[in-house]
Amino acid sequence: MRLSLGDKIMQRTIYILLTLMAVIMLYPFWNALVISFNQGSDTALGGVTLWPRVYTFENYYIVFQDHRLLNSFLITVLRTLSGTALSVFFTALLAYGMSKKTLLYRKQYMVFFMVTMFFSGGLIPTYLLIRSLHMLDTFWVLIIPGIISVYNMIVIRTFFAALPDGLEESAKIDGCGNYGIFFKIVIPVSGPVLATIALFTAVGYWNDWFTGAIYITKDNLLPIQTLLRQIMNSNIMTEIGSSNAIALDHMNRNRTVTTKSLTMATMMIATIPIILTYPFLQKYFVKGVLIGSLKE
Amino acid sequence: MKMAEKSRVRHKFRDQLDLQSMVWPGIIFVLIFSYIPMYGVVMAFQQYDIFGGMMKSPWVGLMNFKMFFEAPEFWNVMRNTIVISLLKLLITFPAPILFALMLNEIGNMAFKRFIQTVSYLPYFLSWVIVSGFVFSLLSVDNGTLNYLLERLDLIVEPVNFLAIPKYFWSILVSVNVWKEIGFGSIVYLAAIAGVDPALYEAASIDGASRFKQIYLITLPSIASIIIIFMILAIGNLLSAGFEDILLLATNPVLRPYSDVIDTYVYRVGILNARFSYATAVGLFKAVISVILLVTANKIARRADVSLW
Repeated sequence: MRLSLGDKIMQRTIYILLTLMAVIMLYPFWNALVISFNQGSDTALGGVTLWPRVYTFENYYIVFQDHRLLNSFLITVLRTLSGTALSVFFTALLAYGMSKKTLLYRKQYMVFFMVTMFFSGGLIPTYLLIRSLHMLDTFWVLIIPGIISVYNMIVIRTFFAALPDGLEESAKIDGCGNYGIFFKIVIPVSGPVLATIALFTAVGYWNDWFTGAIYITKDNLLPIQTLLRQIMNSNIMTEIGSSNAIALDHMNRNRTVTTKSLTMATMMIATIPIILTYPFLQKYFVKGVLIGSLKE
Repeated sequence: MKMAEKSRVRHKFRDQLDLQSMVWPGIIFVLIFSYIPMYGVVMAFQQYDIFGGMMKSPWVGLMNFKMFFEAPEFWNVMRNTIVISLLKLLITFPAPILFALMLNEIGNMAFKRFIQTVSYLPYFLSWVIVSGFVFSLLSVDNGTLNYLLERLDLIVEPVNFLAIPKYFWSILVSVNVWKEIGFGSIVYLAAIAGVDPALYEAASIDGASRFKQIYLITLPSIASIIIIFMILAIGNLLSAGFEDILLLATNPVLRPYSDVIDTYVYRVGILNARFSYATAVGLFKAVISVILLVTANKIARRADVSLW
């Protein structure tokens, strides 16, 4: 296809704009990474942008000695793994039941679930519920409230409903009940959709800081994102006067690190799982978004 | 006759107990974690008694709502909510569409894939991490933005961007565009890919420029998807943001520009423990949101697009 002059100019402009955009997209992340590998006292002189000037591991070395951080990391790993497993299992089980046309009261159940997508009790009634269930300051509050996702249920149900009927017929003849079919036939052929939902859920659990912020007061149960926010807030406090005791202690022992360099290292650690799984995330998320946006 | 039918249903129900048992854990869960809080909303009409709980709290009618409408923060909170929402609707909403249209013009597949890979990344980072980036880049001492502006002689002294209220809206919207633009474009890209190529061929034989083709073919083809997302966005008009604002506006100086309904509910409800009052404010928002959603859907129905 031959392009006219106007088309050529437009295309060039788009290439330039998109390249510029890629730089803007990557820079904040890259700069944080660079600062985390740069000596704190040197960063404080300013001008550290694209490459470390005084290369060092000490930020990570100090951060890894903070048992609070390691504990939060472990809590978050545990939360993400168990939460995702439970959530995918129960949501898929529900979706399988809901995908059966023979299910009595199916329509009523669906309305029951759909209502929750448009109304919710809001922050305070939910908080009071969690409190009256005695879930404040427990590990359970970090996983249980997120277990059933109506949106995910609908996505999985759409997939299950599209499976060929013949698939289940043979199992039925062999005398399998619904549970048998679900575990032996439906789950094995639903790998991609379940993987997509699992990734959505896992990223949600990993990135959630708010649950920790309102329901958890014990240090040893803080998810890493919530801890990170606390660390960052105390840094902002140092700018106006007061300070974080732990960070200050580190700084006094080791004059070359600063709260900023330590925060950047902590942020990078909190992002590692996302970066490691990014190739999968990217692949499955695109699929997931498209399944989810299909209108029934 | 009725009796017979009832017992038939009961019989059928008993026959499919295993199928029902797959659904019931989900139902019980949603009953507890969604419906009990929904019922809890009646608290908005009570003066919540911390020791007695909802059962022993006295009814006060619309007092909590009246209190909100007469609160000194009311107009400010409403203004910020609406302005931030409209800014997001005007800028954050169309940005992924524009981005998808631009990506579609790229013939070089490797370049296209690279841009996509890079642009999806911010979506997967938590708001805490993103706010950390923002604090670092905009920081007064040695933040990249101040460094750059000083180098270019545009400023003499470093500016504390996150402590100047009038900058907050621009920062908030820019960060939102940065985080959402790539991911938001996926749906539009898929819609664009579904456009019949014959339409473009016919148009280019007629001598239409690429720009004209985008305007006359691509945009109309994805209009219904745009409208659906628009309806949802209008329904969310009073949800100006929560995590992003809470995390970026840590400096109380910003409050005249950053306080929106959701952050206000969080502050008075969780931090000040004014449960009934905060629930009333939240309910006020929820009711208006549903009205907005239904209205937007009704208007869109005239264009043959509907959510339900």
